[in-house]
Amino acid sequence: MQRRYFDYAATTPLDSEVLNEMLPHMKENFGNPSSVYSYGRDARKVIDDSREKVASTIGAQAKEIYFTSGGTESDNWAIKGTAFANKDKGNHIITTTVEHHAVLHTCKYLEKHGYEVTYLPVDEYGLIDLDDLKNSIRENTILITVMFANNEIGTIQPIAEIGKIAKENKVLFHTDAVQALGSVDIDVKDLGVDLMSISGHKIYGPKGIGALYVRKGVKIDNLIHGGAQEKKKRGGTENTPAIAGFAKACEMVQSTLSDQIKQTTELRDYMIKGILDSIPEVKLNGHPEKRLPGNVNVSIRYIEGESILLSLDLIGIAASSGSACTSGSLDPSHVLLAIGLSHEIAHGSLRFSIGKYTTKEEVDFVLDKLPGIIQRLRDMSPLYNA
Amino acid sequence: MYTDKVIDQFQNPRNVGELDNADGVGEVGSPACGDIMKMYLKIEDGIIVDVKFKTFGCGAAVATSSIATEMIKGKTLEEAEKLTNSMVIDELGGLPHEKVHCSVLAEQAIKAAIKDYKSKHGIQE
Repeated sequence: MQRRYFDYAATTPLDSEVLNEMLPHMKENFGNPSSVYSYGRDARKVIDDSREKVASTIGAQAKEIYFTSGGTESDNWAIKGTAFANKDKGNHIITTTVEHHAVLHTCKYLEKHGYEVTYLPVDEYGLIDLDDLKNSIRENTILITVMFANNEIGTIQPIAEIGKIAKENKVLFHTDAVQALGSVDIDVKDLGVDLMSISGHKIYGPKGIGALYVRKGVKIDNLIHGGAQEKKKRGGTENTPAIAGFAKACEMVQSTLSDQIKQTTELRDYMIKGILDSIPEVKLNGHPEKRLPGNVNVSIRYIEGESILLSLDLIGIAASSGSACTSGSLDPSHVLLAIGLSHEIAHGSLRFSIGKYTTKEEVDFVLDKLPGIIQRLRDMSPLYNA
Repeated sequence: MYTDKVIDQFQNPRNVGELDNADGVGEVGSPACGDIMKMYLKIEDGIIVDVKFKTFGCGAAVATSSIATEMIKGKTLEEAEKLTNSMVIDELGGLPHEKVHCSVLAEQAIKAAIKDYKSKHGIQE
């Protein structure tokens, strides 16, 4: 059976050019970058060059980039590291109700350790209110952490405005840009961001590699203690092949971004229109314009998301849902509840995320099959035309 | 994660629909939890002669309701009342742990429909 992948927000396939970039560093160039002899120096050079490439993709300096194991570690480090390092200034953190669990659960953890956290609500599109943010800043606020773009509904927050507010109030600003990198033009200096999390496997790079941008001068404690790697800020022997692959993926983002955004946005809007036109009682989740170019998220009334995913999977289509049944918990996605959906509607949500390999033929296949699947499940549902 | 039997029951559910003039109807679950099962029973001389279901829920919810209808069709009320969720799971060749509650709902839906029938006909529990 031919399979069709619509879950680029979960992870992306590795680009062949990225793989080719990585292979020599898995075999021949195996040295420990901390070693003084030539094996080590060769590996060290790869890491130094890679750091330059990653930095230039987001408008940073190389010395402001720290490699990590991925987005989750970067989020943990940014939040815990600045919270601990700035304890003398205060113990209050501001975030939002729609963050990734890597941020939310880190904040919950800090609450158990004497920190206070404000969770900003969002509107029906998933946007925070900037006045809310201003009003939430207190004397003891040390950090604002707001995601760049939401992984479920694709809504893009007003990052530059948040950066400005943070700066005016002398509060650090961290953003989780894991979903945004490769989909939005990012310049950390223009945006006024102090810390930013990014990840390799969302941009056709390898898994298990990411970075934290830390603006020069920002005080941050270590999260991973150990050797003197990453300028003594993050212990552990560097993952040279993954770092090289991540850098290559960043380089490709940089050179193709505007074309990529245009192509994906067109396909996204075509898919959204196709779904809304062919299936009654379907609602688009997230903002119609301020959204990631690859994100399609809809709520389909009267039926439950996992049963849609299962039906799609049986014909080779891979998608995702915010239904509780896909998460192992009883509640549907916290993001869908935060934008005001009822539990029932949230259970019927469906996310298709598209990327650079998605074709119009693949989208047409989904648009052809989806209405029948929805109708079959609705005909089984006691909620439908009841 | 699902057995072939679960997939088959989900893809080709038996006894989907409603029954006009059902003798007993049972509905369990809630939209908030993401699962609703509704069972319709037709009963003659203490025997379930027909059964239909409608389900809002995941693949396992559809599969458990479907197979449960097969397991009670043609059975006496006493036999149907003895149906347990673990019998449903066994019949499906197993369910993932987080889906066990679906089989519980199937058992409860049948019990609710039988209870409805009994109360309508003045039969003491």
